[in-house]
Amino acid sequence: MSLPQPEQLIANMASALSPITQQDQDVVMVGIHTGGAWVAQQLHDTLKLESELGLLDISFYRDDFSQNGLHPKVKGSQLPDIENKTVILVDDVIMSGRTIRAAMNELFDYGRPEKIILACLLDVGHRELPIQADVVGEKIERPVNQRIKLSGPTPLTLSTVTLDK
Amino acid sequence: MQPMDPNQIQLNSEGRLKHFLTTEGLSKELLTEIIDTANSFISTQERSVKTVPLLRGKTVVNLFFENSTRTRSTFELAAKRLSANILNLDIARSATSKGETLMDTLWNLESMYSDMFVVRHADSGAAHFIAQHITPNVAVINAGDGRHAHPTQAMLDMLTIHREKGAFENLSVAIVGDILHSRVARSQVYALKTLGCQDVRVIGPNTLIPKDIESLGVRAFNNMQQGLKGVDVIIMLRLQKERMQTALLPSESEYYRLYGLNTDKLAYANPEAIVMHPGPINRGVEIESAVADGPQSVILKQVSNGIPMRMAVMAMAMGGQNQEQTLQEQNSEGAK
Repeated sequence: MSLPQPEQLIANMASALSPITQQDQDVVMVGIHTGGAWVAQQLHDTLKLESELGLLDISFYRDDFSQNGLHPKVKGSQLPDIENKTVILVDDVIMSGRTIRAAMNELFDYGRPEKIILACLLDVGHRELPIQADVVGEKIERPVNQRIKLSGPTPLTLSTVTLDK
Repeated sequence: MQPMDPNQIQLNSEGRLKHFLTTEGLSKELLTEIIDTANSFISTQERSVKTVPLLRGKTVVNLFFENSTRTRSTFELAAKRLSANILNLDIARSATSKGETLMDTLWNLESMYSDMFVVRHADSGAAHFIAQHITPNVAVINAGDGRHAHPTQAMLDMLTIHREKGAFENLSVAIVGDILHSRVARSQVYALKTLGCQDVRVIGPNTLIPKDIESLGVRAFNNMQQGLKGVDVIIMLRLQKERMQTALLPSESEYYRLYGLNTDKLAYANPEAIVMHPGPINRGVEIESAVADGPQSVILKQVSNGIPMRMAVMAMAMGGQNQEQTLQEQNSEGAK
């Protein structure tokens, strides 16, 4: 089964987000490192947002630290002021929902947003937490041992990785 | 207590840190990772909420057999900002003075479900000894052992140099003072050489420079004018006054005249050079106030960088212990 083109998915996301960003002046876009940050950068350009693009590295908030330890390549988060803002949180692939939980925990340590909208390039199902995206590029069905990987930043390409177990 | 290869103790089976005992023998990749992780923690220190949840529910024990208010406080703050619970034990004035052995003290603390020990001890090798004998999955951080090592001080200095000067390869760094008795200097030399610094110099009287220092790729100088020429970083060491009583040093005023850093001697260095000192500083003994408080001084930045650096090594060592425990559980399940 072939994978969709990231450009098309980002165009889908942009047209879904456009009414929100046009209506709401206090919008801040935040991409989750690394894939989410690439997608967020393209959305930020497409939607011509004026506020600074935020970068979130959730390494210090991951719930698997007690199993796997600290990720060796921590980038550090850089966020503009999110207090009372509408935050559009962007990730590449949503699966278990754990990344988004960690990201929201971290966001609240920076301030109290008015609203968080979740936008993901792909939704592959297999959720482990009650977290759903508001905007998705496309929903696809995949076996649980398959991961979809986004490579980038230019060009953005999607590929399938099959896990052993 | 002659320690074995430190990396057999301080790294887990995946090559990740599980204790932090010394900078000696650690790879450039790992030292760089420590600096990068600390840099990421700096951004969390500028938020209104300064804590991150990494060590939530863990218990860290500050085990200071030798007093050091500043080092102990920065470890305490670092642990709290990682959401750990911290216990400060003034061990110098408690159990050991009543005759309890080191291992008995540790076994008692282990029985209180501690997850990490931060150890400061006057004997070289104390932290290694503890790491070798401690229960599995408890991390040990060396906060200074005798003349041997003070790796978190060395790494916060590396973080400071990296933030002020960028890459290490083309820097000239001079360490000035009592190199012989300084655990800070030893840890700094190993870290600087591993990080690729080509020009590391030590400056001091011959009596205070280890005989074998040049085998580490370090140049030794007895003269500030020659030693400081063109350097980018000057690290002043604290002069321990107790050394004066031995015959190792001339008088305090003589030492200051020869090796104290004042404005005139600073002029030998690169005009952009930074001045560092691990503290506490002795004004007028090893450094002039005009230099310590001057525009080239980064002494207070070193203090600030101490917290994110200690957060980094505590988080990495605890993470390495967690990873090791997971792998052991997987292996024992696989064996069944």
